[in-house]
Amino acid sequence: MTESKSAAAGSPCEFVAFRIGVQEFCIDIMSVREIRGWTPATALPHAPSYVRGVINLRGSVLPIVDLAERLGFPPTDATARQVIIVVQVGGQIIGLLVDAVSDILTQSTENIQPTPDVATDIVRSFVRGVLAIDGRMIGLVELDSLMSAQLENAA
Amino acid sequence: MDTMAAIRETFFQECEEQLGELEIGLVAMDEGDANSETVNAVFRAVHSIKGGAGAFKLDRLVRFAHTFETALDLIRSEQLAPSPAVMKTLLRSADVLADLVKAARVDEPIDESRTESLIEELKGLASDARAEAGHDNAKDEAEPFDFQPVMLSFDDEPEVVEPAAQRYTIAFAPRPDLYRKGNEALRLLRELARLGEITTACDTRSLPRLEDLDPQGAYLSWRIELSTTEDLPAIEELFEFVVDDCELEIVASQPGASSEAWQPSQLPGIDIEAQAPSAPLAARPVERRDNAAGEGRVHKDAAPAPAALTAQEGEKARSEHGKAEAAAPTIRVDLERVDRLINLVGELVINQAMLSQRVMEAGLARSSSVAAGLGALEQLTREIQEGVMAIRAQPVKPLFQRMSRIVRELTDATGKSVRLRTEGEATEVDRTVIERLADPLTHMIRNAVDHGVEAPAVREAAGKPSQGEVKLSAAHRSGRIVIEVSDDGAGIDRQRVRAIAVKKELIPADAQLSDADIDNLLFLPGFSTATSVSNISGRGVGMDVVKRSIQALGGRISISSRPGFGSTFSMSLPLTLAVLDGMVVKVADQTLVVPLTAIVETLRPKRSDVHALGVNARVISDRGGFAPLIDVGQELGYRKTPADPFGGVVLVVETEVSTRCALVVDAIHDQRQVVIKSLEANYRQVPGIAAATILGDGRVALILDIDTFVARTNRAAPASETLLAATG
Repeated sequence: MTESKSAAAGSPCEFVAFRIGVQEFCIDIMSVREIRGWTPATALPHAPSYVRGVINLRGSVLPIVDLAERLGFPPTDATARQVIIVVQVGGQIIGLLVDAVSDILTQSTENIQPTPDVATDIVRSFVRGVLAIDGRMIGLVELDSLMSAQLENAA
Repeated sequence: MDTMAAIRETFFQECEEQLGELEIGLVAMDEGDANSETVNAVFRAVHSIKGGAGAFKLDRLVRFAHTFETALDLIRSEQLAPSPAVMKTLLRSADVLADLVKAARVDEPIDESRTESLIEELKGLASDARAEAGHDNAKDEAEPFDFQPVMLSFDDEPEVVEPAAQRYTIAFAPRPDLYRKGNEALRLLRELARLGEITTACDTRSLPRLEDLDPQGAYLSWRIELSTTEDLPAIEELFEFVVDDCELEIVASQPGASSEAWQPSQLPGIDIEAQAPSAPLAARPVERRDNAAGEGRVHKDAAPAPAALTAQEGEKARSEHGKAEAAAPTIRVDLERVDRLINLVGELVINQAMLSQRVMEAGLARSSSVAAGLGALEQLTREIQEGVMAIRAQPVKPLFQRMSRIVRELTDATGKSVRLRTEGEATEVDRTVIERLADPLTHMIRNAVDHGVEAPAVREAAGKPSQGEVKLSAAHRSGRIVIEVSDDGAGIDRQRVRAIAVKKELIPADAQLSDADIDNLLFLPGFSTATSVSNISGRGVGMDVVKRSIQALGGRISISSRPGFGSTFSMSLPLTLAVLDGMVVKVADQTLVVPLTAIVETLRPKRSDVHALGVNARVISDRGGFAPLIDVGQELGYRKTPADPFGGVVLVVETEVSTRCALVVDAIHDQRQVVIKSLEANYRQVPGIAAATILGDGRVALILDIDTFVARTNRAAPASETLLAATG
């Protein structure tokens, strides 16, 4: 894992970067509770298609969101190779299904650039900004809007 | 939580208990049971609240509690008779006291005018009583005590006495505990001297012979004449920290009137022989200022060896007193700890189930020692689980007590005369159930008084007693708690209910409804039968909210009514929200749990019993009726086309509106107790699904919510369609 140095100005933040297909995204490390392997989920009736179901996380019931499908990509074909990033959003804990965790980044919040205009609406509503690191572009996923939009869509 | 906040929290918890005691006592007194024990308990409750509130500088609370206490003291000393009018004021005072405690707890504003008016009322009671007993009192107070006082002189300069100075007579008798806690009588006397001019007389008559003297005992008491411009609370404040460890009486005396009576005589020197048992001080009940307040503590050394009682007599009196009030010892435990324990036991149950499953999979014989050991483990697990659940169980009594307040306030507001009768107060149920039952129950009690019971004139015209009765009962019935609210009012006016439902377009005008169907219309959202929206009930929240709250608790509510004889609302609730007896079924490769309470029967359908109705619907004949056949897998979206019912099993379920449905599932796997896990905690409510659970294989299974599930799917019965759809 490569560790990128933070810029001098601005508060340094750590992000967990992960892959969905060939694209990279990241989320604030402070909201990440744990990262675990995929286990088959119990399907939920009347749920949006990107909610893959619920799993047992040491006694609590954890809903799994297929982040790829949420961002408008084709649904993830979940196998043992995929991982679940367990994140806390507000008072709730949910699991994000992604292809792989790729990096831990330390970046100043100043380095976050606005999401380029070319992105689709659905991506723009969940991607707060982008980080450019070593020629890679990493989208910063906004968890709060991800979940509130989930509730709206489901209603 | 810092220490102070923790102590404060404890104080408020104790306040809740004291308020409960207060309410029980007052209600008993109101019903004519005003024996001294009851009155004392009531007095102690208010006194304890006052004492604690003083320590936290909750001045408003102290002020009110003090006025309240003064009035109660008059009843205790039989200067004021507990007449119905007086009891009414006292009951209302208890309500205000509860409000003040609550306001102090959450730091919110309170209705000052109400507090003030009650303070005036209480003071009115007190002055009435004084006016009546004034003559006798003056005589009593003037009667000189048989003292042989000791003069004490203090170094402090007494302050200049102002002309308006009030005289107080303070009787102060420390108990050994006072000294043990590091307080000192001399310091208190010095502090008193600061308030004004004091004359102190020390009573040494309790002092035993030197060989009998306990060096750690307390034998001296004082009688202090204080002339000060400060008011009573200022004096009481001085004794704030010792009030529980001494006999203390502060009496405001008329200026000049009693001062001669209390003129201390010549210092006689310490008379070790003087043991004459005649002092009123010693004759006063020992538990007078005992702050044990009904906790049944026996202070072995609380009594300062009063001269009037020999040591044995004193001990006997105290232990009898203790016995009368002795309750089973309890400990206060943080609710979070209990919940954590319950969660852990839940895990244990799951793990034990998992283990059993593995053992079965491993092909071990049922007769093997492993299987036997596992059986014992299962038994133990279940016992532990039941034990832990019992910790959370609490009697419904406090909840019922709150309702009596509601009835009281309502009768004041409506001008109706209603009596609340409670039954089965000792019935225990999970604490969460109690907490979440408060709102719906309040609403139902309000409805019963406001809409159920008729006005006195109407009642008399109908040949009923003018006082209406609302009955609140609780009972355990087959693993559930059944709570009933019934009134002896007019019953449900079915014609009007129907007319309103039609007018509000809740049902078609030509709908064929049975009486039960009409009664159930009350549960429809937005339905309100009150002709005018009163400020008591009908504030937009109706019975539908009640029903939803009850359903959220895993309960059901039903209604029965006889015109002219009243209505009964009956709620059946699970004893705990943590576990559920369920049937584990398989549907389209998914495992589901169906609550056992909803299942009427399970059967393998015969071809001759299943009939097609319309294009898609099918019904199954069931005990003379027809129940719609619902494919669970299809309804939940697990499969596109309905499965062949003849290849599976049919569960006949009954919803709380008594609709029967036949659910088609693929197979029945097991019948077991499952631990309920919330779906809402991390996700949200799913229609048709009550909650989730974790099965033996560690996977999540969903628990079907029969009522909402059937409500969503029911398309067969047109009459109840609206009714059911509305509840979903």
